[in-house]
Amino acid sequence: MSKQWYMLTVVGEDRPGIVARVTTALFEGGCNLGEASMMRLGGNFTIMLMVELEGSDGELRKLLEPAARSLNLHIHIDGIKGRLHRHLEPDVSITVYGADRAGIVARVTGVLADAGLHVLELDSDVAGSRETPIYVMHIEGHAGEGIDALRSALKLIERDGIEVNLQPVDTMVG
Amino acid sequence: MVVLEIFTYPDERLKQISQPVQRVDDALRTFIAELEQTMRHSPGGVGIAAPQVGRFQRIVIVDVSAKPKIANHGRMILVNPEILSWEGMVKGREGCMSVPDYTGNVMRAERVTVSALDEQGEPREYHCEGYEARAIQHEIDHLDGLLFLDRLVSRRTDLFRRKNYGEKKRRRGEGGATPR
Ligand SMILES: [Zn+2]
Repeated sequence: MSKQWYMLTVVGEDRPGIVARVTTALFEGGCNLGEASMMRLGGNFTIMLMVELEGSDGELRKLLEPAARSLNLHIHIDGIKGRLHRHLEPDVSITVYGADRAGIVARVTGVLADAGLHVLELDSDVAGSRETPIYVMHIEGHAGEGIDALRSALKLIERDGIEVNLQPVDTMVG
Repeated sequence: MVVLEIFTYPDERLKQISQPVQRVDDALRTFIAELEQTMRHSPGGVGIAAPQVGRFQRIVIVDVSAKPKIANHGRMILVNPEILSWEGMVKGREGCMSVPDYTGNVMRAERVTVSALDEQGEPREYHCEGYEARAIQHEIDHLDGLLFLDRLVSRRTDLFRRKNYGEKKRRRGEGGATPR
């Protein structure tokens, strides 16, 4: 069997040391790690991790079993076509915040998608207090139809009382 | 046209500290011309430092004039550059010819005053801002064996820069603002 990339998703109750346990098990099992994104979301540990292995998804699952059992982690594995060195450069950074309300994410991302935005990274948070939560979202993306198209689209959102900051990202290469 | 080979990390030589230029002469100007051709050969390259091509002397070139709508001094040859003053800090995205296939966010001074010799050996002083100031700081770092990788910040840093500077809020301690 030749080497194959998998997308490994691990979710569980957060506690210190999970990353170390999971990645040690992968290393000892002969896996190669690629790009990864780890976040604590609502007190949960979450990670999505590219793992390369000369073996099946079943073998990968087996490598992780001891750690998963002792830390009570949920594991999901997909074979993927993707590979390393396929980065897309963001050319725009957008921050959105406002009073939390139903549909805010769909509204904002819908308007931006219509204006040509390809989202490359997105993180969002609900902060503020329990009584008056605020929503904060940060997007990095590629403006397929140009920055001005996004700027005009965002005017629609600002009319709804949502604060929006758009900054072009002009990567300096030297 | 001469295109010099650009060292790429993890080549340890990129971590070497470069020495001041003692004499600006024809030999140095020949090298500077080759260094400039190498920079211009690289797509999107707006700056280069001598140690990137294995010459450990304090020479950098910056030219951001091809970028639309930004303040710039055109083609700048900076021999023995020194940053005399810094003002303001701002986050921006950087890449490097010596670090292919990676870009990241770095905090830099928004305005700098730089002294240097030009390619005739004459002392000059420049007040630079924004993108040009960023390029100069990135290149001078190379002279001190530093890469932008040494200065990476989280993508969440400085979330509300500029427009809402005064309103910038501290995030709560819990809730995972810190990436692992
Ligand atoms: Zn560089």
